[in-house]
Amino acid sequence: MAETKPKPKIKKEAIEMPKQEPKVRVKNFNEVALGYSEEQALEEATRCLQCVKPQCVAGCPVEVPIPEFIKCIKEKKYAEGIATIKSKNALPAVCGRVCPQEEQCQVKCVLGKIGEPVSIGRLERYLADWERDHGFQLPENAKPTGKKVAVVGAGPAGLTAAADLIKLGHEVTMFEALHLPGGVLIYGIPEFRLPKAIVRNEVAYIQKLGVDLRLGNLVGRIHTIPELMKSGYDAVFIGSGAGLPQFMGLPGENLGGIYSANEFLIRVNLMKGYAFPEYDTPLRLGKHVVVIGGGNVAMDCARCSMRLGADVCLLYRRSREELPARQEEIENAEEEGLVCKFLAAPLKFTGDEKGWVKAMECQAMELGPPDASGRRRPVPIKGSEFTMEVDTVIIAIGQTPNPIIQRTTEGLVADPRRGTITVDENGKTSLEGVYAGGDVATGAATVISAMGMGKKAAKAMHEYLMSKK
Amino acid sequence: MYKIVSKTSLAHKETLFEVEAPDIAAKAKAGQFVIVVPHEKGERVPLTICSYDVDKGTVSFAFHEVGKTTKQMGCLNEGDCLLNVTGPLGNPSEVEKFGKVLCVGGSIMIAPALLQVKAMKEAGNHVTTVLGCRSKDFLFMADEAKALSDKVYVASDDGSIGYKGLDFLKDLLKTEKFDRCVVLGPVVMMRDVSEITKPYGIPTIITVTPIMVDGMGMCGVCRVTVGGQMKFGCIDGPEFDGHQVDFDELVQRQRLMLPEERLSSMLWEMHKEHEGGCKCGRNKA
Ligand SMILES: Cc1cc2nc3c(=O)[nH]c(=O)nc-3n(C[C@H](O)[C@H](O)[C@H](O)COP(=O)(O)OP(=O)(O)OC[C@H]3O[C@@H](n4cnc5c(N)ncnc54)[C@H](O)[C@@H]3O)c2cc1C
Ligand SMILES: Cc1cc2nc3c(=O)[nH]c(=O)nc-3n(C[C@H](O)[C@H](O)[C@H](O)COP(=O)(O)OP(=O)(O)OC[C@H]3O[C@@H](n4cnc5c(N)ncnc54)[C@H](O)[C@@H]3O)c2cc1C
Ligand code: FES
Repeated sequence: MAETKPKPKIKKEAIEMPKQEPKVRVKNFNEVALGYSEEQALEEATRCLQCVKPQCVAGCPVEVPIPEFIKCIKEKKYAEGIATIKSKNALPAVCGRVCPQEEQCQVKCVLGKIGEPVSIGRLERYLADWERDHGFQLPENAKPTGKKVAVVGAGPAGLTAAADLIKLGHEVTMFEALHLPGGVLIYGIPEFRLPKAIVRNEVAYIQKLGVDLRLGNLVGRIHTIPELMKSGYDAVFIGSGAGLPQFMGLPGENLGGIYSANEFLIRVNLMKGYAFPEYDTPLRLGKHVVVIGGGNVAMDCARCSMRLGADVCLLYRRSREELPARQEEIENAEEEGLVCKFLAAPLKFTGDEKGWVKAMECQAMELGPPDASGRRRPVPIKGSEFTMEVDTVIIAIGQTPNPIIQRTTEGLVADPRRGTITVDENGKTSLEGVYAGGDVATGAATVISAMGMGKKAAKAMHEYLMSKK
Repeated sequence: MYKIVSKTSLAHKETLFEVEAPDIAAKAKAGQFVIVVPHEKGERVPLTICSYDVDKGTVSFAFHEVGKTTKQMGCLNEGDCLLNVTGPLGNPSEVEKFGKVLCVGGSIMIAPALLQVKAMKEAGNHVTTVLGCRSKDFLFMADEAKALSDKVYVASDDGSIGYKGLDFLKDLLKTEKFDRCVVLGPVVMMRDVSEITKPYGIPTIITVTPIMVDGMGMCGVCRVTVGGQMKFGCIDGPEFDGHQVDFDELVQRQRLMLPEERLSSMLWEMHKEHEGGCKCGRNKA
């Protein structure tokens, strides 16, 4: 009988990624997570079992060939590794940082059954950062097809669709309403989670592929979708995102010092309000900030506020178990000094003589039976009203799709209640040649799901374009 | 980059830029605005469109130097470039044949008010124009107004030219019937005019100018209360029924960032002196 080789022992714990210390990082806007060194990446890569039927790939909305790229790392073939990822995912430096891997690829990793799963996101980030240091390799675009496509919105959905369509040989023009491209990646997610230089780099890659990017073009006002179709575009992809802030309709909500999460984040991130007055856009923040909500957006607002020197309290109407934010983000925020107040909701705001908010009346809640979302419904407790002194309130209770395109495109079917553009599984809308994807079709979701839809739509658009004479 | 093709001084610290922006020119309508980002570190400033020329591919807007960004823009000259101009934004004015229209433009907003006068005339209306200014030194475009309108009145805060204040409107409305009134100007003036027209039931449309950031419905800083409901100035407006707008709240919300704006402006003035003249915010084509 042949001698069986002793199997190398698999390390159960993942290699930790170095981070800035909480006390230090809460005073700056630099990136919190510092990334693996080559040694760390190699060590983590050896943990991958190279499964024949990889479960992780099934968990990835864009089906990145995960074991293959990890094998490349093991063999130090970094250029090949990044090319492997980019065959499926045009924005690896972004996804490696902000994807909820713990719910997607990593949750399926078989190593998770005996210990910690392979840190797929950290390895993806390692390769993307390696490429940034060593220069891009451009893939070759297919032969020109002579077809013209317009992409509306330069967020993850639009960027992905544009990259795929140009690689297939179509001419692509991308219209972005803001003066900078990136969507939520540039205006929403803060510098310390996703450095803006990385977003610029990813956009530059897509421009190098040949995409013509037009900034400051609000489609619906400057050109409508039917006008684009008439002016020579053979198909349009709409990736206009979910950026319309929601308010609560409470008395006093228009007082000074009450921001929507989007206003706050746009001032801080897009306009670099944290560097005021070097940058011109001001942000007035008090000492006692309350963030209302419990998702990732709320965490980002809270963590930005702490970096700007405020004491921050998060007010959430359910309990800790129901917090929708990523566990990692909650831990990071608490390490940085976030105080959470659960089971409470605001009733009204009162202001000082100058119209600035000074107090918030709240009500305690208890959890009743589950609601439509499956989470237990918060129910107000009678007589539990209490008042908090505050000088800044950030409302982070969700965003709905930007409405301008829906309002200005006749015949485009949208959900009247949610405001989302109605699409089939390939992103096809009610109008011929018009596709949509990302948050504008799903409601606020994730970067990778927006990219997944951008990809699917690009494929369907390609088939549509090639079938047309 | 958006090139300034001409710069006209309207009055002290009041300037008109004509900027190369063919796509915007092709779509612009009276009542809409643009957002200007002068340079990489600059703010996004909303300014109302004063005219557009489809053939030349240009749009014009006028601004009053009130804070850092508008002061910086005042230092720019013909041939300089603005980093970004986004537009047209907001809903176009409702322009149709109403009959007799009263158009009131105040201060810097005289310039865009004349675009409304022009549009109302083209739609076949009889247009009476009122130009409001602080004093005679701040009156501009009076000849243009005369050429465009059926009748022109001038009023100033100090009475140095035309009527003193807007009280004369009360007498005018006693004798003349108007079917519609359009007002663009400082909030206080828009409120006063709305109060004057209210007893006569004249539909009065004002242009709100709340603080804005994106100008496309993404931040909500531009929220105004109209008829008890929250509206966004940028995508629901900027024109609203002057008899329904909560002016006190509008005034209060415009002042939200005042201390920061003052600081920013002061630091810039100091820096400018130190450097011996303004070199900021200048982009070359
Ligand atoms: C603060 C915050 C933090 C988040 N954190 C995470 C995270 O950690 N991980 C994660 O996976 N997801 C996160 N998300 C969600 C994620 O960012 C979004 O799901 C994703 O960006 C959606 O991509 P999109 O391309 O559909 O839209 P967007 O990113 O919203 O991009 C839409 C783009 O279209 C432009 N646009 C809109 N209307 C028009 C028009 N009419 N004409 C031209 N352009 C237009 C917009 O300006 C914008 O640039 C976060 C979201 C926020 C707000
Ligand atoms: C839809 C819209 C159209 C506008 N059209 C014009 C126009 O055609 N011409 C023009 O000169 N201005 C116009 N404004 C106002 C203009 O945008 C502001 O004056 C400008 O943003 C000031 O920028 P700043 O940095 O120079 O001054 P800041 O430092 O921002 O402000 C300085 C001073 O101006 C006040 N202020 C700030 N924002 C506004 C505002 N929105 N309205 C009134 N006062 C304000 C501040 O309270 C402060 O006292 C418009 C505003 C809106 C929202
Ligand atoms: S300016 Fe941001 S929503 Fe109107």
